[in-house]
Amino acid sequence: MSAASIPAQPGPPLWLLAELTYRCPLHCAFCYNPVDFATSGPELSTDDWLRVLREARAAGSVQCGFSGGEPMLRDDLEVLVAEAHRLGFYTNLLTSGVGLTEERAAALKAAGLDHIQLSFQDSTRELNDFLSHTRTFDLKQRVAALIKDNGWPMVMNCVIHRLNIDYIDRIIEMAVELGAEYLELANSQYYSWALLNRDQLLPTREQLERAERVTNEYREKYGDRIRIFFVVPDYYETRPKKCMNGWGNVFLTVTPDGTALPCHTAKMLPGLAFPNVREMGVREIWYESEGFNRYRGDGWMKEPCRTCPDKEKDLGGCRCQAYMLAGDPAAADPVCDKSPAHGLVVEALARVESGAGRNVPLVFRDPATSRRLVAGES
Amino acid sequence: MSAAVAADACPRVSRRFRLQWEEAQSAWVLLYPEGMVKLNQSAGEIMRRCDGSRTVPAIVADLEQAFGASGLADDVAKFLELARAQQWIER
Repeated sequence: MSAASIPAQPGPPLWLLAELTYRCPLHCAFCYNPVDFATSGPELSTDDWLRVLREARAAGSVQCGFSGGEPMLRDDLEVLVAEAHRLGFYTNLLTSGVGLTEERAAALKAAGLDHIQLSFQDSTRELNDFLSHTRTFDLKQRVAALIKDNGWPMVMNCVIHRLNIDYIDRIIEMAVELGAEYLELANSQYYSWALLNRDQLLPTREQLERAERVTNEYREKYGDRIRIFFVVPDYYETRPKKCMNGWGNVFLTVTPDGTALPCHTAKMLPGLAFPNVREMGVREIWYESEGFNRYRGDGWMKEPCRTCPDKEKDLGGCRCQAYMLAGDPAAADPVCDKSPAHGLVVEALARVESGAGRNVPLVFRDPATSRRLVAGES
Repeated sequence: MSAAVAADACPRVSRRFRLQWEEAQSAWVLLYPEGMVKLNQSAGEIMRRCDGSRTVPAIVADLEQAFGASGLADDVAKFLELARAQQWIER
């Protein structure tokens, strides 16, 4: 029986992503925070988060990411990191470095923070700053030095898209110069704000192939000195990604207002109620809630997934992408060339090749734009 | 590669990783930035003895005593070679 091969009953929620706030000093056009973030409810209190950490740890969570928005904007970050550390979590901070002063770095170290991922959250202005070694570079250099001085591993992340992909050699050089041991060159995936800006951000096939070639050259040049990960945009694949390593399988996101989700963007899916940590405990959320159970196993699958020999490999891809492109969260991810809606992905790539979006301004992530989009004015 | 390791070396878990027992998984795990390796029982039992104070023969003797077994030296050596290649241990 095929149903037995994909277990509907998951293991523990190994990964807890605590999205502490949607507030952010940056305005990235590829941000994965929901487009309607500005209408989100009030942020969880310190006590709420402490309870979530304890409940998640008791349910078996072991990796904890503090993210946002910009998590440094929460002045209780050190308190939360200290509790997560005390509970036995491996603690990760995902930050742009804005607000990470010497004092706060020392306090985070004392609290037991294990790792900082420093991101280049570039907008076009920041890209220019970055490429011209000005403000942003100074900030990243200062923060990179703080990371090294505190004995944290140096992990850098840069979101790649059409506007910066041709400078990938300079991005790698910069990471080496800053002493990064790991560099993630993560091509933007097309959700939320990035979807709004897809025509402007999706690279051409030629750009992508060049960037991969250049990255491989640098891997050879630097060897063990820096490990470079290159994530391609899935629109250029013909089989979908195994999104989140499976729905409700290892990953639990808690949004700033306490909504518990199986991934960063699942809140967009229609007809699904996701629980709030203010009202339900983590264990019950993980094992009992409708939202987390809906796309576990393979009972929900339709054709072509249901009888596909690859269904265990990719679990039909991403539910959000299926909804955004095909209008049905239970459909095959249209990235798959077996999907009846795959033509939409092909069309998006053709638009890129034809230069669509070249003179269209980017929509930047900010609260005013978010509210305008919710009101349907834009 | 293994030839470079001194006979009296005392392997210890690399600073890049944290080894801990996870009750929920009934397993020893290695934690690192945004990732985790779940160790099987024998790997876990070897790794937990890599504390920087025991030589490899001492680790083998300890394991043999703990599990009432003998002749584990080859298996331990093989695992330590893999662990070094993965940079899970130093020395």
